[in-house]
Amino acid sequence: MDAARALADLTEISSQVEAAAIFDESGALLGWTHADEAVARALVMGARDLLAAAASVRRDGGPGLVRLEAALAEGSVFIVGESRLAVVATTVPQPTSGLVVYDLRACLRALAAPAEKPKRRRKKADDAAS
Amino acid sequence: MRLRRLVVLLAVGAFALWARRRGSARECVTLAYEDGSAVTLEAGSPDAERLLPLARALLAPRS
Repeated sequence: MDAARALADLTEISSQVEAAAIFDESGALLGWTHADEAVARALVMGARDLLAAAASVRRDGGPGLVRLEAALAEGSVFIVGESRLAVVATTVPQPTSGLVVYDLRACLRALAAPAEKPKRRRKKADDAAS
Repeated sequence: MRLRRLVVLLAVGAFALWARRRGSARECVTLAYEDGSAVTLEAGSPDAERLLPLARALLAPRS
């Protein structure tokens, strides 16, 4: 599944998500929901700044961060990482955070899942020749 | 008796409104890690005061 399809499914399932963008560990933008790509790029850049700032919270250099949720009066920001991919999403105020996180993880898993291989069809002519 | 009931109703309503506003105004950042641990940084703590403005900037472009 490609990023655009995964995000289309996400926004269809989760009415609380207002905008979302998927990026990889290098920061490359893979997909976005916003009409303006520049806004999506700004969203990803801001998410990376937020992750960089959050990395210094745990000063013992322990396990990596897999989820960040910032709850604000204007809305919430979620960043979920999985399989070298991450999705950043903004939501309405006071969302059901468990559901949003579940939907974001499902979005990343759908993207990371290998595409189904087409079944090989043997031609009858090949059988006849052998 | 009626007046007393009215005062109680007003007091309950005012408390509900106050509690709702207080709850909605609470800002925080939750960080979850690979090992399953998580930490919530309430507004007012030094780390939250560093992270909340960055998060707020992400909400700005939507408008």
